[in-house]
Amino acid sequence: MEIGLIFLAIMLGSLLFWLLKQTFNTEPWVAEAVEEAEYQAPFNAKPRIVALTTLLAVVTSFFALIFSAYALRMELGDWVPLTEPQLLWANTGILIAASLVFQWTRNAAVHEDATRLKPGMLITGLLTAAFLVGQFIAWQQLNASGQFITTNPSNAFFFLMTGLHALHILGGMYVWGRATLRLYGDSDNVRQSIELCTIYWHFLLLVWLVMFGLLLST
Amino acid sequence: MAYVAIADRDHEQEHHDPQTFITKYIWSQDHKVIAIQYGVTAIFVGVIALILSAMMRLQLGFPETFSFINPENYYQFVTMHGMIMVIYLLTALFLGGFGNYLIPLMCGSRDMVFPYMNMLSYWVYLVSVIILLISFFVPGGATGAGWTLYPPQAIMPGTPGTDWGILLMLASLGVFIVAFTMGGLNYVTTVLQARCRGMTLMRMPLSVWGIFMATILGLLAFPALLVSAIMMILDKTVMTSFFMPAISSMGQDPGYTGGSPVLFQHLFWFFGHPEVYIVALPAFGIVSDLLSTHARKNIFGYRMMVWAIIAIGGLSFVVWAHHMYVSGMNPYFGFFFATTTLIIAVPTAIKVYNWVLTLWEGNIHLRVPMLFAIGFVFTFIHGGLTGLFLGNVTIDLPLSDTYFVVAHFHMVMGVSPILVVFGAIYHWWPKISGRMYNETLGKWHFWMTFLGTYAIYLPMHYLGFQGVPRRYFAMGDTEFLPASAQDLNAAITISALFVAATQILFFANIIWSLTRGPKADPNPWDATSLEWQTPDTPPKHGNWGHDLPECHRWAYDYSVPDYPDDFIPQNVPADTAPVGRQHGVEEH
Repeated sequence: MEIGLIFLAIMLGSLLFWLLKQTFNTEPWVAEAVEEAEYQAPFNAKPRIVALTTLLAVVTSFFALIFSAYALRMELGDWVPLTEPQLLWANTGILIAASLVFQWTRNAAVHEDATRLKPGMLITGLLTAAFLVGQFIAWQQLNASGQFITTNPSNAFFFLMTGLHALHILGGMYVWGRATLRLYGDSDNVRQSIELCTIYWHFLLLVWLVMFGLLLST
Repeated sequence: MAYVAIADRDHEQEHHDPQTFITKYIWSQDHKVIAIQYGVTAIFVGVIALILSAMMRLQLGFPETFSFINPENYYQFVTMHGMIMVIYLLTALFLGGFGNYLIPLMCGSRDMVFPYMNMLSYWVYLVSVIILLISFFVPGGATGAGWTLYPPQAIMPGTPGTDWGILLMLASLGVFIVAFTMGGLNYVTTVLQARCRGMTLMRMPLSVWGIFMATILGLLAFPALLVSAIMMILDKTVMTSFFMPAISSMGQDPGYTGGSPVLFQHLFWFFGHPEVYIVALPAFGIVSDLLSTHARKNIFGYRMMVWAIIAIGGLSFVVWAHHMYVSGMNPYFGFFFATTTLIIAVPTAIKVYNWVLTLWEGNIHLRVPMLFAIGFVFTFIHGGLTGLFLGNVTIDLPLSDTYFVVAHFHMVMGVSPILVVFGAIYHWWPKISGRMYNETLGKWHFWMTFLGTYAIYLPMHYLGFQGVPRRYFAMGDTEFLPASAQDLNAAITISALFVAATQILFFANIIWSLTRGPKADPNPWDATSLEWQTPDTPPKHGNWGHDLPECHRWAYDYSVPDYPDDFIPQNVPADTAPVGRQHGVEEH
């Protein structure tokens, strides 16, 4: 559980620190006119960004707990390390590319360069779909070589973790799909969707890198 | 200039008034309607869980009397009672119900920040409840694994409901977590982003603080339950061995290879302990507001109360293994968790002292909500003290899995939060419904519930010391238990049935109020917080009419010296108060 604890300690710690900083040295019993009272809008951010950040904290907690379960389970006697398919390296590259293209698209959206938006979104979608297909082929390769989900707990964790990661990407693809459709529709007001999706893509790339590193190192 | 952005948002955000009956009461995006939907659904399943507990008590009080209760049913009753009460009633009611109702009103917002997602949250919650209820009717019935669902027994033959019941239970929990996450994102974002002008964090009523912190705990803790549910579903359906050890079942090898049941316990309690505070923190907050309002005094040590909520929230993540002292852990590990457990008593005790000091020399009005709030202080102190016993490894070992534990957690997170739920319903009912309830009936309801629950749980401590184990279907004859233990059990059952029947008074009062209750004053308790200052009672869609309120003071300006009224609402400008309260002038 150490991994989960460290992640949570960092998240909770920063939150508690922020809350304490906000609440320290105040005199709540003093009545003041509104003009004087500083409004404590926390991050000067839009509500959707705050909501997405909170959601990412939830997903972080989710994956951190799976990683700590992995670390705990690994120590038991029946664990046989899994040799990961080489294809995963290619998939990693594809996902990095998807993130980069999304960042490129986002920058275009921020600078209101409409010409890059449509190709950017399409390429991102294609790359991400390619990653998912690649992951699926990796599963098939494992199955073909007799490595099924029940063969060993390390296999079970491999399928579980990659599967859950893929599900999270699918969820992102849904939002990406809606944003792309709107882009091809009346085309206004997609900028925020693209910005939020980009953050989510980077986050899932980070989760994948940590997960892949964990799988490779054990 | 962040607040300018917030103020502008009000013009951007359009609040179309719902037109038809369906958009107004069923597919509603209004936080108040969603809160009522959450509340009604949660109380409905809560009544089912209450009936289940009555069935359980019938068996325990009078074994071999009721032919319709066999061991399988009994374990299903125990399991579903616990699960429903903790998650589908208390979590949903405090956060989905009170959270939804109070956050926007107390923070001076028009609605939740994402009303559509809020609506979705309720309907997904309803789906989880329906899946849960379906599990009673599938072949094999609901799961009887105990509310902790420990593997391997939860999915091995021999336990009731291992065919479909356990799968539906886990699926229902998964769906519930999705619903909670959607709601939780809303609560957090609304508290952080949508407060009205002047509503600084330290001017928020403690109810909002409690609900806010509980939501954060829920958002970080529920993933642990989701992870364990997914893994257990895989263990059950595709025969992985995350939790399932190499085990033989009835002479046969089901094919599991060396998984770790203790791993499940870690994950479960990593969720399970914060869950206690997910239920308790909103109760702490609400009770602070009830005590302060009805004692006409500012809450004692407001900043301490806020910091205690924050501290409890942080500490609640590092105490989980005190539920697992008997699982065979490293003594240093146990020592660590016993220490953190005892440390968490410090902020909790601060809160209790502050509640008592709030009452000290207050102008106490023993109205129904106040009775329930004071009742809570009693039951919570009681349950908290037994927690000190169980938090120590050496005392916990002999008491583990006895009625002492049952008594402890029912006092601390069963009875106490439920008393707050009732107190809060009575307190905000005039605002929610626009009508008053019957005070006398409410007082009868309080006294019978309060004394009745003591009659149930106080004797359980003694049974626990005697060594009566929890979860047993029937004790039979044992050497170490005198025959009188069974008499006590029968008395507990009679009290339990009495308390269960008493709840009819509550529903009768609700029905009476809705049909014949007198029209409520907009602010019947002379309270200060913003929800009592709405232009309409019950508040209309959008809450505040044309203009958003402005907040000029904290929520606890009761009995301010030299002020004609004994309360100053939060939206009353600062210069209307006498000079002594102004900034920079020392209070006497």
